Amino acid sequence: MIAEFGLAALWLAAALAGLQLLAGSLALTSRGEQMGGIVRPVAIVQGLLALTAFASLIALFCRTDLSVRLVALNSHSLKPFIYKLAGTWGNHEGSMLLWVTVMGLAGGVVALVERRLPERTMLATLAGQAFVSLGFYAFLLFSSNPFERLNPAPPEGQGLNPLLQDMGLAFHPPTLYLGYVGLSVAFSFAIGALITREVGPAFARAMRPWVLGAWIFLTLGIAAGSYWAYYELGWGGWWFWDPVENASLMPWLAATALLHSASVLAARNALRAWTVMLGVVAFSMSMVGTFLVRSGILTSVHAFAVDPERGTFILALLAINIGGALALFGLRAASVTEGARFALVSREGALVFNNVMLSATLGIVLFGTLYPLMAEALGAKVSVGPPYFNPMTALFVVPMLLVMAVGPLLRWRRDAFARVRSALLVPAGLTLGVGIAVAVSAPIGVLPLLGLALAVGLAVASLLPLRGRSLRRTPLSTWGMVVAHLGVAVALFGMASESAFSIEKLVAARVGETTRVGSWEVTLAGVHPVAGPNWTALEADMRASYAGGAPASIHPQARSFWAPPQQTSESALLTRWNGQLYAVLGEAAEDGRWQLRLWWKPFVTLIWLGGLMVALGGLLALVGHVASDLRRHVARAKIAYRRQRQGR
Amino acid sequence: MRSPDAPPERPAPRRWAIWLPLGLFVGFVLLVLIGLLRPADREVASAMIGKPLPAFDLPPAIPDRPGLARSDFAGGKPRLLNVFASWCIPCAVEAPQLDALAKEGVEIDGIAIRDRQEDIAAFLARNGNPFTRIGADDVSAVQLAIGSSGVPETFVIDAGGVIRYQHIGEIRADQLPLIRAKLKEAEQ
Repeated sequence: MIAEFGLAALWLAAALAGLQLLAGSLALTSRGEQMGGIVRPVAIVQGLLALTAFASLIALFCRTDLSVRLVALNSHSLKPFIYKLAGTWGNHEGSMLLWVTVMGLAGGVVALVERRLPERTMLATLAGQAFVSLGFYAFLLFSSNPFERLNPAPPEGQGLNPLLQDMGLAFHPPTLYLGYVGLSVAFSFAIGALITREVGPAFARAMRPWVLGAWIFLTLGIAAGSYWAYYELGWGGWWFWDPVENASLMPWLAATALLHSASVLAARNALRAWTVMLGVVAFSMSMVGTFLVRSGILTSVHAFAVDPERGTFILALLAINIGGALALFGLRAASVTEGARFALVSREGALVFNNVMLSATLGIVLFGTLYPLMAEALGAKVSVGPPYFNPMTALFVVPMLLVMAVGPLLRWRRDAFARVRSALLVPAGLTLGVGIAVAVSAPIGVLPLLGLALAVGLAVASLLPLRGRSLRRTPLSTWGMVVAHLGVAVALFGMASESAFSIEKLVAARVGETTRVGSWEVTLAGVHPVAGPNWTALEADMRASYAGGAPASIHPQARSFWAPPQQTSESALLTRWNGQLYAVLGEAAEDGRWQLRLWWKPFVTLIWLGGLMVALGGLLALVGHVASDLRRHVARAKIAYRRQRQGR
Repeated sequence: MRSPDAPPERPAPRRWAIWLPLGLFVGFVLLVLIGLLRPADREVASAMIGKPLPAFDLPPAIPDRPGLARSDFAGGKPRLLNVFASWCIPCAVEAPQLDALAKEGVEIDGIAIRDRQEDIAAFLARNGNPFTRIGADDVSAVQLAIGSSGVPETFVIDAGGVIRYQHIGEIRADQLPLIRAKLKEAEQ
């Protein structure tokens, strides 16, 4: 019954999305204006119905209802409860349902609270949101029905990919989805503003919280995904330029650019067409990313739902949505003037530079991701990896980081570099000093060296906007910027340190043997079998001591799952303030020795700490903006109330 | 640079630039359409097929077999060049097939990748030694030069020293006829 109930809710939600689109579009014409009244309520109910459908699917997974095809294929009665729950969205159909649910709810919230924009723009925005949703509803209902029954019901489910049976991964995709879908709201706002030609500061302010929210989730999602790949795949790396990683990085780059250009538009009424363009591009990148992952067009370790038919469907959606939006942009952009002008050396100038660099980086990543596909179309086979991505992205990221140190110190409209020169002496000196000191003392590559030096200078420079200010009266959004920029510096330091100073040891050790990795001494005390709820494993008992200190125990495992049968290696990590020891248990050799892979990675944890700081900065800015919007709203209401009373 | 008091010029409206994103996007859609419609092909084909072996000269990997040089591949019959390693498990799996080919009179030369003399000797003692010559390639230099990206791989080299076929992965028992056919082809 639950499955049929959920399916009915899904159909109703789709029907309401159709109504929302129809009413919203009609209301824009001169004859259908009275239709406008129902758009907001319809949007809210549509979101609630989608939520009902998703809740039904969760219920089916929690009860392991094997008469539902999706549950039978992706769950198992023996699976731990939390993974049954996560199994709801750990597959293609469920994740698409989550997508439309979040999208519907976001549309509902916009309909409920957003009152700053002209009503016509709001109607166009909500119609746009409904249009995008409708495509995904069609996708779900016609090609990926999550509620399809299986008759007869199998006695047992087919499990979940054990590689995906992991807490980090259970919550990683929904985090990214919240980000993607948040960008869909920005996309709809951009469409609405283009249709009614109302691109201005109010549009930027209405869009900004959604972009910020999406950006926070994307940041968290990317950081979590990178940490997952780091400890779960057992390869010791934290970023592989895998197509799926790129698929999450590209919307993040676009959203970062959008965030900054929306600030310019909100504060200075400049960069109008550019901001609208980025609003379209950011969500387009989310869809392109989803398409690349889901269609299996690029082979990747992440491709868990590879199906060319679905790929074609998503491609059609993509072509309609993005192609339509870009065509609309082409038709309307000429009538959207660029707005207020500014000098090259100014806050706007720095932000424009940052935008261009971010967009260029985005282009580099997109090109590198698609290049194998282009080559294949011409009959050649290539794969593109770090030797392309690292230097090419650095080419644009390094200048961006330099400008990022300066930009926040500049005034809006027009400034002179001479005014901020003295303030920048300290970070510039530090960058140079660290660069020279490291270059002299350790033979490391150019990029890591540059990274270390820049990170130190940038960390100091990112604090400079607080200089001479009362810390208590500094607006929350300024704090957000400072924390986020500092987070970038921290993460950069971690990346550079990891790639410059990591030590790797691959040994075949007997029980009792000790291996040195950097300052660590690791002793293999024994290897014994252990059993978990749905796996068995060989677990190594290792004692690791740092610089002769007290030994700590670590237990890397080589796991075997039986549903479906699969081998994974569970790495063991030992975290110290200055880095991580990373241990992987390999295969047994015939003579009783064990293959061990050990790494000492100095300051590697800063990568994710920095990522968290970036997200925290976003959160502070979001809270700051929402709070000041609320204050403005309350103040305006008070004035209106006073005027009303005086009028009497 | 313009002098600062020159009147600000409005850049001429570049209408084509407005349509550029759409153009790029259409290109993207066409590209992935080609990718989607093309049948999936997971084989990695060698770029070296039809080309002569590059010059190399490897020292012997074990004392009782000579090393391997480019000059050994001149004249005579087509032969096999097997890239292997003692630490590679599929290499042990294909050993019986190589032995069978060697017993049929096929000359097989080996290149041992990143290996130790005593390990190779132990491996051959365990799995049999079908090789006429074995070169030691300690840094994978020759392996890469001949277009091999893993172990085991087997190349069919014709009498002129030209690579005629590359077999990626172990030779399974049911693939023996394929190898024999490729050897026959290489005779022409």
